[in-house]
Amino acid sequence: MTHMMNQGVAELAQSLARKDFSSVEVTQAFLDRIQLHNNDLNAFVTITGEQALAQAKTADAMRAAGTAGPWTGVPFAHKDIFCTAGVRTACGSRMLDKFIAPYNATVVEKMNAAGMVMLGKTNMDEFAMGSSNETSWYGPVKNPWDRTLVPGGSSGGSASAVAAHLCPAATATDTGGSIRQPAAFCGLTGIKPTYGRISRWGMIAFASSLDQAGVLTRSAEDAAILLHTMSGFDPKDSTSVDLPVPDYLATLDKPLKGLRIGLPKQHFAEGLNPQVEKLIRDALAEFEKQGAILKEVSLDNSHLSVSAYYVIAPAEASANLSRYDGVRYGHRCDKPVDLEDMYKRSRAEGFGAEVKRRIMVGTYALTAGFYDAYYIKAQKIRRLIKDDFDRAFSEVDVIMGPTSPHTAFALGSKHKQKDPVAMYLEDIYTIAVNLAGLPGMSIPAGLLNGLPVGLQIVGRDFSEGQLLNIAHRFQQATDWHTRTPGVGAGTGLKGDQ
Amino acid sequence: MALALKDIENIAHLARLQLSEAEKTEALDSISSILSMIDQMQALDTAGADPLSHGFDASQRLRPDVVTETDQRDTLLKLAPNAAEGLFLVPKVLE
Repeated sequence: MTHMMNQGVAELAQSLARKDFSSVEVTQAFLDRIQLHNNDLNAFVTITGEQALAQAKTADAMRAAGTAGPWTGVPFAHKDIFCTAGVRTACGSRMLDKFIAPYNATVVEKMNAAGMVMLGKTNMDEFAMGSSNETSWYGPVKNPWDRTLVPGGSSGGSASAVAAHLCPAATATDTGGSIRQPAAFCGLTGIKPTYGRISRWGMIAFASSLDQAGVLTRSAEDAAILLHTMSGFDPKDSTSVDLPVPDYLATLDKPLKGLRIGLPKQHFAEGLNPQVEKLIRDALAEFEKQGAILKEVSLDNSHLSVSAYYVIAPAEASANLSRYDGVRYGHRCDKPVDLEDMYKRSRAEGFGAEVKRRIMVGTYALTAGFYDAYYIKAQKIRRLIKDDFDRAFSEVDVIMGPTSPHTAFALGSKHKQKDPVAMYLEDIYTIAVNLAGLPGMSIPAGLLNGLPVGLQIVGRDFSEGQLLNIAHRFQQATDWHTRTPGVGAGTGLKGDQ
Repeated sequence: MALALKDIENIAHLARLQLSEAEKTEALDSISSILSMIDQMQALDTAGADPLSHGFDASQRLRPDVVTETDQRDTLLKLAPNAAEGLFLVPKVLE
């Protein structure tokens, strides 16, 4: 039997059903492992041991009574952007450091209803604004493959925790690449579904027209399980889509013969590390071996995706984050002299530098006189970017390429630079997908100097089943997704024997 | 258009953010750099394109106008930095 720490969601569900071990036992084992490694990795900001064991006990009782669902008792972690009733939900910010959510996000309700066990809340860039998990009020997260490197961001805590086997899977969110880039940097499977697929209710807002929840796992099969659990129409989210959720597991094994894969020439151009390109080409050859057809496509306006995004996302963020005013909840400064002083100092103290920067960029872009030149212009480019995808999808079924131009970079190497643009360009291959609202995925496609490289797969609206099928077929033929940062009962991290 | 320090001060005021002098200078540098990246958009002719505000381009869904929320006044007031007698307290607004 695979050590329980190394089992994914599907395997743990089977083990629990066979009564190889109880939910309480596996939950305790993960909690012990978190205790052992979290000081070093900083992947969790809150560990909910007591609640987790209580949930596990309930799960075991349901198992004994024959009322357990397929995933009942399987532990996992939530990104600290999802509101969890009675548990601090800080979103990586000092602003919400003392915020105990008064209700559960719909995603949290759905995981609870499935009987899954929350181990804790994972670290993240402040308000999900970052690509390295270095903007968190709770400090940077380390990449378990090399603790001098970033895990990617903004879902860096979730990625680090899953890669280090501190949990078998974790929820995450993606506004411009925040699931896919950490998946690539930490050797994980990550999926951001189509905009509207998963409810955003109770998911703290960054840029509402771009934000979408998803998962980080160690296999496409596990991603299929969690995505199915999290998805579905929610009347509480006005942009939630009322479409049935397909059985993603049922289509995982479909043969790929005749699949038309588009390779955007802009994603294989200057700026891409040639050794990353080599590994991506090798992965593409595996799909050809399975009968897929490769075809070059063009996303003509993709070079403007980062520019348009850094108008639209900050504009939406400046509006969304105006709610943090020190009145109803969140941080309030000491001894305000008047209302304006209270707003200004509470926000100045509560927000970190990157969040303030983006609020100001968004405020500026929405200022009278600049609205057309920035905001409307960006929305027009957004239309052209979507048109590019529509044109490509008239010729091919999916689009593939590298998730990131390189492997994980050193902690401090981009964050401390004066110019934030270098960090923004991290999401060069992923951002257009959010602007168009399409589903995107990253799967491990190889190792470069011992570090994971991610393959991005993008599909048409609501093609999550197809993306998971493609990823699963690749994972049946290759073993990159099974590679871990080390050996032993998990990852070879300090303390593993 | 090049930004000046007074533009930063104006933006910070609109965004209700208090910035130190050092933060203003830093913001001038970093926001100028971000804007010059954003300005790459201006090179593209977008005359024929309709602005897209949302990936779906869908209209807002409506629901029946019925009360769905329960009264959680006490729970929500407990989250406030300062509250009393069922009210949020803020610094004096009127003399």
